[in-house]
Amino acid sequence: MSTLNEKITEEIRSQAERLLSSGEVAAFLGYEAGSLPMTARPFVARKPEDVSRLVWNSFCVLNLSNYLPSLLKSFEPQRRPGEPPPEGPLPKVGVIATGCWSRNIVVQIKENQVDRERVVIVGIPSRGMVSSRKVKDLVNNREILKVIEEDHNLKVSGSDFDQEINRWDVVRDNCLTCVHPDPVIYDILIGNPSGERQVSDRFEQVNDIEAKTHEERWEWFTEAFSACVRCYACRNVCPLCYCPTCFVDDSRPQWVGKSTDQTDTLLFHILRAYHCAGRCTDCGSCESACPVGIPMRLLTKKLNKDVLEMYQSEAGMSLDEPLPLTTYNPADPQGFVLTERSEKGGGKS
Amino acid sequence: MSDISKMKNPYKPYSARLDNIKVETEDGNLKTFRIVLEEKADRDAWSHVAGQFAMLSIAGKGEIPIGIASSPTEQGYLLFTVNRAGVVTTALHNMREGDRIGVRGPLGNGFPVDTELKGKNIVIIAGGFAFTTLRATLIYMLENRSDYGKITVIYGARTPGMLLYRDELEAWQARDDVDIHVTIDREAPGWDGLVGFVPTIAGQVAPSPENAAALICGPPIMIKFTMPPLEEIGWTDDQVYLSLENRMKCGIGICGHCNVGPVYVCNDGPVFTRAQVQKLPVEY
Amino acid sequence: MKVLKFDRQAIGEWLSKLAEDYDIYAPGESSQGTWQLISDYSQIDIKSGVPEKPVKNFLFPQPETLLTFSTVPDDPDAFKPREPEDSGRKNVIFGVRPCDARSISLNAMPYEKDTYYKANMEKNLIIGLTCNTPCSTCFCTWTGGSPMGTEGCDISLTEIEKDSFVARGVTERGDKLLCLATAASEASDQDIEKLSGLEKDVAISTDITALEETLKSKDMMELYNAPFWKDIAERCVNCGTCTFLCPTCYCFDIQDETLHGRGRRIRCQDSCMFPLFTLHASGHNPRGDKVQRVRNRFMHKLKYFPDRFGSVSCVGCGRCVRDCPVNIDIREVMRQMLTF
Repeated sequence: MSTLNEKITEEIRSQAERLLSSGEVAAFLGYEAGSLPMTARPFVARKPEDVSRLVWNSFCVLNLSNYLPSLLKSFEPQRRPGEPPPEGPLPKVGVIATGCWSRNIVVQIKENQVDRERVVIVGIPSRGMVSSRKVKDLVNNREILKVIEEDHNLKVSGSDFDQEINRWDVVRDNCLTCVHPDPVIYDILIGNPSGERQVSDRFEQVNDIEAKTHEERWEWFTEAFSACVRCYACRNVCPLCYCPTCFVDDSRPQWVGKSTDQTDTLLFHILRAYHCAGRCTDCGSCESACPVGIPMRLLTKKLNKDVLEMYQSEAGMSLDEPLPLTTYNPADPQGFVLTERSEKGGGKS
Repeated sequence: MSDISKMKNPYKPYSARLDNIKVETEDGNLKTFRIVLEEKADRDAWSHVAGQFAMLSIAGKGEIPIGIASSPTEQGYLLFTVNRAGVVTTALHNMREGDRIGVRGPLGNGFPVDTELKGKNIVIIAGGFAFTTLRATLIYMLENRSDYGKITVIYGARTPGMLLYRDELEAWQARDDVDIHVTIDREAPGWDGLVGFVPTIAGQVAPSPENAAALICGPPIMIKFTMPPLEEIGWTDDQVYLSLENRMKCGIGICGHCNVGPVYVCNDGPVFTRAQVQKLPVEY
Repeated sequence: MKVLKFDRQAIGEWLSKLAEDYDIYAPGESSQGTWQLISDYSQIDIKSGVPEKPVKNFLFPQPETLLTFSTVPDDPDAFKPREPEDSGRKNVIFGVRPCDARSISLNAMPYEKDTYYKANMEKNLIIGLTCNTPCSTCFCTWTGGSPMGTEGCDISLTEIEKDSFVARGVTERGDKLLCLATAASEASDQDIEKLSGLEKDVAISTDITALEETLKSKDMMELYNAPFWKDIAERCVNCGTCTFLCPTCYCFDIQDETLHGRGRRIRCQDSCMFPLFTLHASGHNPRGDKVQRVRNRFMHKLKYFPDRFGSVSCVGCGRCVRDCPVNIDIREVMRQMLTF
């Protein structure tokens, strides 16, 4: 009796094999098994025989759309600036996309980072991904040597313990409050769409922080970000962060210092959150990648809440929707600087 | 504790003053700075070899590795010719005579002027503003003339206005103990000297490889095209000395920025033979 | 050198005494695993395995002030750099695993001429704690270390039974600290026998042996041009996680910072994974490609460093294996390099 994820794995392999053998795609971007329990690693299959390495499980936590622009570019012949693009169609790339990942692909298409014609999207409605950190907490940080995934349980074992954990108890925070688990754009769909999820309070974590006093918020903020080592894993796994020179690397002028000084570190996180405002799909890659467990997605979640309230817009829901913060409309009723909230949006201030 | 107190702090620069600033090129992007160390003890202790570099330190902006353009035989001052490229070089270019800067050095290995190069015929080939440390080398060799055989210099720039040390070039051309060939890339009004890229002129001059060594400094592309005409007349890679460049921070082989494979440009270099460079990854 | 026997209470009393002259650090309780200044010495509980952050932050403070200077225009000494004042206070770092301790002496090799590193080695006294239960991600024995290793420690503790520790002085200054442990007793012959037993039990993994010898025997350029680097680097996102959490990654950046008439030149840990690491002012970047950077890091740690200094620049702590967001596993890289 195979599990849901095992069935999806078979389907993915079959689709990838078909796409690669026929030559429809030059590469297929998915996941393969990692070298540790609760780990899966992004993998690019380039030959039909590679597809047996593809897997799908609850630990595919990084947003694959992050790799799309560079993978697509790797198939373009080198050309000098000013030289016209080559004639004829360029190789395509296949990619797996859950709800949030597909929305990021929409954002990438609208921001001209990805050409819709060159991606073959294999959509998979998401059941949420598991946070390995939550699993480790539940076993009191004893070393986990093996994890067997069933549909609703994880069987976790170490050298001297076995524990069965309810999957839903360890699903990631962003997945718990996800309302768009189904891919919004795809060429092939694996599995059945589950429809929009009902969540009592999508922004519960953000509301909790907003309920704090200013002093309490500052304390939360400085404490939560104090362990940051400025590795930029959060930035580098984010599909939105594709600037050729990130603002932290500018030297003329130098906006942010390089050390882990509190001011510089907090400034980095605040500025990055603002750069992602209204574009972020809360895919949770940033938090999953962070080696020291910083909840930086709460900053972007708060900004997403604001954009939803002010502009009734959510990132990447449709190719036809304008990008909220980079679309100029002379008839825009609001002035250059927002001075009051939109009446339609409602919400607390 | 006593162990450390006897050690020299390798990150602390000597205080120095900008004694003289001269604009070298017509576009103003290259200036030669004459620098005098403030403390007599530092001036007395300073001793460098042609080909070495120093970190010019501008407190508040940063440090840059610049080849020492003055020969060890030029007493009392140090010359650095600096191209304006980034934050620190721009700050340096905006400074005035009398301003204070720091100098950390000498760093690197320098050309083997007192060892392998002694007794040899020397061919100096330079392009653009890479001539700086070769100026130091040439002056050193002219001051110790009997230690070397025939000295040939082939130096080229894009236009006459981009040549460095023009008055010194003229003076050297008037000498009979050194063979100077100065060239520019394309014809220019008022120029009656050689015209042609450095590799072409090198091919024409065709210096003999017999008991000879070549010191070549310039952009990678110039070096790439200079080698074939030399190889054709019998030059081998171990006769050719290059000076590599890379992004540097500490200058003493620790911080990891300037490594080319297993070697650090700041500490194992910047001077390498072409034979050594051929065995390294192309990470410079 | 002294060999003493402690129980938990004795350790607590001893550290309280040391706290008069030293700041005592131990791995923290939180999952963020930072080293924390502690005051309740009886409650130290070191979990098995390595703490999240390596001990290198004591040797390479983040950031470290190299020089200070004034930028006030009419100050005659403006822009004349000075060395910073030293507080004079020393640290005792308690519970350092053998891999982390060994990294201190490995890093000392390239830092031979660095006065700041040497001063930090003087400032930080290491009380090591050997490993009774290595993790599945530990591979110190491959790199020349051992779960019972004492290299880099001033004192080495081993838990021979629950809450019962044997402490060995490893250096002169470690021995001096042990003299202050009045609540401890001399280790008995039985205690020492138990200790030797643990040392003999160390399972030298036969998976990879003679790592350094084999790597040194390989041709550098052949390894450099090997085809497997492209596959290894494909999923790397070029963050700095591996470099910042690695005890033996020691590259740094030097930055000048000024504020209101004062300036400082600091150095902070830097990562060769960032494209900025090798960027020339002209815009040319010798390692502008991701594959070049990934390859350079592993070649440095596993080939260039051992060729120059004799050991691989890795202590097998397993942090990069656990924390790399895309699961690039240095053990797999080692296997690839060894079998190439």
